[in-house]
Amino acid sequence: MSEKNLTIIATKGTLDWAYPPFILSSTAAALGYNVTMFFTFYGLQLLKKDLSLSVSPLGNPGMPMPMGMDKWFPVLGTAIPGMQAMMTGMMKNTIKSKGVASVAELRNLCLEADVKMIGCQMTIDLFDIKHEDLIDEIDLGGAATYFEHAGESDINLFI
Amino acid sequence: MSEFNQELDARGLNCPLPILRAKKTLNAMGAGEVLKIIATDPGSVKDFEAFATQTGNELMASSEDNGEFHFLLKKA
Repeated sequence: MSEKNLTIIATKGTLDWAYPPFILSSTAAALGYNVTMFFTFYGLQLLKKDLSLSVSPLGNPGMPMPMGMDKWFPVLGTAIPGMQAMMTGMMKNTIKSKGVASVAELRNLCLEADVKMIGCQMTIDLFDIKHEDLIDEIDLGGAATYFEHAGESDINLFI
Repeated sequence: MSEFNQELDARGLNCPLPILRAKKTLNAMGAGEVLKIIATDPGSVKDFEAFATQTGNELMASSEDNGEFHFLLKKA
């Protein structure tokens, strides 16, 4: 079977949006793809050793809320202090109870499967992200580094 | 169901964990050996078909029993 290549650009740093890049990468690796992930802007949060990701109901009308709150709860109410922490806690409980892997677990599965992870150097400089806060298994690079992989790849996704 | 060399209990696990665990287990098995997987994720039925097609490991059997899904994968 000929080897296929996948690249994913991960740009989002919230708990919910951490899932698509890691689920697709780990699965593709299991199917025999060579996978390269490029993390830029808020996506760099996904490379932190300490993954403290949150999900916000604010400005997210598609997010299901308990007791049908998404139907009647005033939009401004989702901006109340503590709402984000509450929704993040509830989301984490739901994730666990439904047998969905944690983000850290999926990231580890990707690393075990030799998924290549590249952190965007420009973002690191821009936001003064400390190298020691990021996991050790990554390389750093820029747009040209991304295209070096993307140009040879069968599938390129921007998430 | 016919004979198998190893069994993987993927009950209660959701996408993509059953596939990932199966892949990991297959890695440690020899060619021609058969892995039995038990899962509860309904999505795993289509996913194991797709996994077999793309990896060349043969899906010998796929069946449902009381909300549990049973698969037999033969390592290529």
